Amino acid sequence: MSETPTRTALRPTASGRLQAWLPRLVLAPSVAVSPFFVYGFMLWTFVLSLTSSRMLPSYDFVGFGQYARLMANERWWVASTNLMIFGTLFIVICLVLGALLAMLLDQKIRQEGALRTVYLYPMALSFIVTGVVWKWLLNPQLGIQAMVRSWGFESFEFDWIVDPDMAVYTLVIAAVWQASGFVMALFLAGLRGIDDSIIKAAQLDGASLPRIYWRVVMPCLRPVVFSAVMILAHIAIKSFDLVVALTGGGPGYATDLPATFMYTHAFNRAQIGLGSASAMLMLGGVLAILIPYLYSELRSRKHG
Amino acid sequence: MAALEIHNVRKEFGSERVLKDVSISIDSGEFLILVGPSGCGKSTLMNAIAGLEPVTSGNIYIDGKDVTWRTPAERDIAMVFQSYALYPSMTVRHNISFGLEMRKVPKAEREAAVERVADLLQISHLLERKPAQLSGGKRQRVAMGRALAREPKVYLFDEPLSNLDAKLRVDMRTEIKKLHPRLGTTIVYVTHDQVEAMTLADCIAVMRDGHILQLGSPDEVYNNPVDMFVAGFMGSPSMNFIRATLEADGDGYALRIATPDEVDLLLPWPNGPPYGRAGGAARQAGDSRPAA
Ligand SMILES: Nc1ncnc2c1ncn2[C@@H]1O[C@H](COP(=O)(O)OP(=O)(O)OP(=O)(O)O)[C@@H](O)[C@H]1O
Ligand SMILES: [Mg+2]
Repeated sequence: MSETPTRTALRPTASGRLQAWLPRLVLAPSVAVSPFFVYGFMLWTFVLSLTSSRMLPSYDFVGFGQYARLMANERWWVASTNLMIFGTLFIVICLVLGALLAMLLDQKIRQEGALRTVYLYPMALSFIVTGVVWKWLLNPQLGIQAMVRSWGFESFEFDWIVDPDMAVYTLVIAAVWQASGFVMALFLAGLRGIDDSIIKAAQLDGASLPRIYWRVVMPCLRPVVFSAVMILAHIAIKSFDLVVALTGGGPGYATDLPATFMYTHAFNRAQIGLGSASAMLMLGGVLAILIPYLYSELRSRKHG
Repeated sequence: MAALEIHNVRKEFGSERVLKDVSISIDSGEFLILVGPSGCGKSTLMNAIAGLEPVTSGNIYIDGKDVTWRTPAERDIAMVFQSYALYPSMTVRHNISFGLEMRKVPKAEREAAVERVADLLQISHLLERKPAQLSGGKRQRVAMGRALAREPKVYLFDEPLSNLDAKLRVDMRTEIKKLHPRLGTTIVYVTHDQVEAMTLADCIAVMRDGHILQLGSPDEVYNNPVDMFVAGFMGSPSMNFIRATLEADGDGYALRIATPDEVDLLLPWPNGPPYGRAGGAARQAGDSRPAA
């Protein structure tokens, strides 16, 4: 008698079988398609980067010639350096600002919900909108500089967007404005997950508020920092629309990033081979940064 | 001079009144035990003493100084939280020494203190672990260790032994009992364990619904409870209650106890009218003195 349930379980009904298969069926198309569209195209890009393709893909292999050309291309180096500057500043400022905002909002203030929405709202905009808005704000004739001058500070200057040396920092300003609210939301969620009594215990132990956050709370938020860095790095490397809308890569090519470099060469300048090579280097760069970080984070989490 | 004095403290969370005019005064070095049913406000009172929750009204004095609006750090208190509240990212060793580090105790002294409490609480072998890798009972001992590593003016222990097995609990109770006169620190201690309450306390406060019902020595609270609630609450197994009517019986008094077969029992009452303040002989049934 007692074995009956086991036996029926061994011989599932038709609907039971469908239930078991349904998730697999639903997932099957994307599982079938994504290796092709992700890894397949990666592979194709790699193949193209080894050819002399210009307007259209060709299969005239030139070895690593395109990579050599790329290394000798000054504009590529400007784009890479820009990504370093932009990526580092963007990630660091977003993390610091996001964490600070979250800590301030965590002090049981009134209207927290409204403030949270205000800070989070920029994330709902597309980078194109952000880019256009900041383009106007930073325009010396229209924006902040004009406004401050109209208040009577005639010598005030804020013309980074037209200054080749400073223009890359305007990208940082706009991107930070857009993403720091999101980082704040991540940190706030993390802070809410922390047991209140830990903070009370630290107060009794005589730690000051900054110390409580730095020594007790932040170490508990490592997973949050981890996710935030992942997302921000990903946004930084992908940044294409922001550059297009804000500076168009200019003045000259002073604010090119690898993504815009790749786009310009592959699609505007009929240099698909060179563009592909730059895409592969970007991929390599991402992996070189992410894999060690992923590895160390996941390992240290496992070992506590 | 009273080491800890709580004066008409009230605490409200929104419209919920959790502490209603609590007043307690204990001498320096005394061991006060708070008992009461779950939710009566014991932890809230502890938080108020520690300064972790601002009181709605009333005053708290430590060593004669009004500390009502002082920060927790300024009050110099060490506390064992009901939820342990260990720092998850720090090792046990670091958890214990953190408070000392924050108070700028030199490293050598900190390490000595860690060794001392680890020995006392039998956790020396756990010092390099993180709290997540410990069982509930071990965490509780670490929380205890974190408090004992310091030498504050007042210790607050919120059910510090609730998660230990019976044997360990007896050991720890003995340790605390031995430790208390040596440290000479004032202790406020919450427990649901009757034996702990009766054996450790110099003074027991019985709480209910945010009121202190009775404050007295274990002997007083046990033998002379102020009302039926305290009488029923203290002691294990708890006291039996028998309804009776007190009536005049010749020169003295007698208790009339109704029995199921409708033959009333009449017990002579030896020492005059109970509860001088009740005055009359005819006390309401149900309000009678508990029969031990
Ligand atoms: N932050 C808070 N906000 C609102 N109500 C609270 C808060 N903290 C405690 N209370 C209420 O105060 C009452 C007393 O809680 P407290 O934690 O002091 O009880 P306790 O006596 O320690 O109980 P236990 O023996 O279960 O630990 C409870 O009814 C609880 O709901
Ligand atoms: Mg409690």
